[in-house]
Amino acid sequence: MLRMQMQQEKHMKKQKKYRVLGPMASVFESMKTGSWRLERPKVEFSQCSKCGTCERYCPANVITIHKEKEECVQFIWDYCKGCGICANVCPKDCISMVDERGEE
Amino acid sequence: MFDIKSEAKGLVSHGVSACAGCGLELIIRNVLEILGEDTLIVIPPGCSALFCGYGNETALKIGGFQGNLENTAAYAAGIKAGLEMQGNNHTTVLAFAGDGATLDIGIQSLSGMIERGDKVLYICYDNEAYMNTGIQGSSSTPQGASTTTTPGGKVTPRKDLMQIVIAHRIPYAATASPANLADLKRKVKKAKETDGPAVLHIHTPCPTGWAFHPSKTIKISKAAVDTGAWMLYEYDNGTLKVNYKPKSLKPVGEYFKLQGRFKNISQEEVSIIQENINSRFNELLLGS
Repeated sequence: MLRMQMQQEKHMKKQKKYRVLGPMASVFESMKTGSWRLERPKVEFSQCSKCGTCERYCPANVITIHKEKEECVQFIWDYCKGCGICANVCPKDCISMVDERGEE
Repeated sequence: MFDIKSEAKGLVSHGVSACAGCGLELIIRNVLEILGEDTLIVIPPGCSALFCGYGNETALKIGGFQGNLENTAAYAAGIKAGLEMQGNNHTTVLAFAGDGATLDIGIQSLSGMIERGDKVLYICYDNEAYMNTGIQGSSSTPQGASTTTTPGGKVTPRKDLMQIVIAHRIPYAATASPANLADLKRKVKKAKETDGPAVLHIHTPCPTGWAFHPSKTIKISKAAVDTGAWMLYEYDNGTLKVNYKPKSLKPVGEYFKLQGRFKNISQEEVSIIQENINSRFNELLLGS
């Protein structure tokens, strides 16, 4: 038993000692997932009731509702993956998915 | 402590490489919104490992690391014991594992954790197969669902995590679904305040593995709750309570026809599953 332990320690002692900063990652970074988008959500602002359902259900959390502005639904286009959940949950059906490269 | 390279509204970064329409992404955001910054997370390999990052980059503003598949609960229990030794009684330790890491590979360490009574919040997000490695069937895959290891549809019914943890006399356990986010948040809050182990079992629609369009994630989780394919209930200190009691459950076929994985299911199998669901639902109503 002791011999086996010594055998292991022999190799362990040969190794250099390193200072490692934890097993934890510490750089908070985002991927630009907006480049995945094939379709983009387009909002009919005049019909929007500003209920915030799309904001609650967006998996990427990129929707913000501005109650006072005319363009009340704001997207962060760098990260919107274009999944279409917002268009699907909207109770007023005022969000439609349009081709990413079709318009503008 | 964190080197913030890009801005985010909450504790989770916006650009995570989870598939478009992923239910898991929505769930982890809502869970961490309630738990707040004073949380440590343990994540086994799986889809959720996207959030604790690779190399030195992470997508969460809370401390945490990726452990092994089989001992998520043991890691979490150890971290909690360490915190208690330091006199820290406020930090929540969250174990965030998938169905494979909970019901197949990690069930022994979960069972041990509950038996010892370690104060850990264990969340199982259930996407009903090993999605990260390419849709292999797990023991939580429902009967009739097609995966790469059960191409003709799974022949046996799924394991019931809730019954397993209730058999341990756990202080708090509940099922939840992204169909009802208010209910999910309430349960997370309650689990956080529980003095002892708490287990949450959360239904997680997966567009890639279940073969449906990414925009239908919420619609599918609602259909699962309406048909009783996923039942919302909680077990709180010995009392069972059903949170969603429709007058009559919708036929389960309505939930199946929305998804590609149930494309080849036979009518007899649907009626067997329907019978199982009805008897389980009545059992729950009687127990509560």
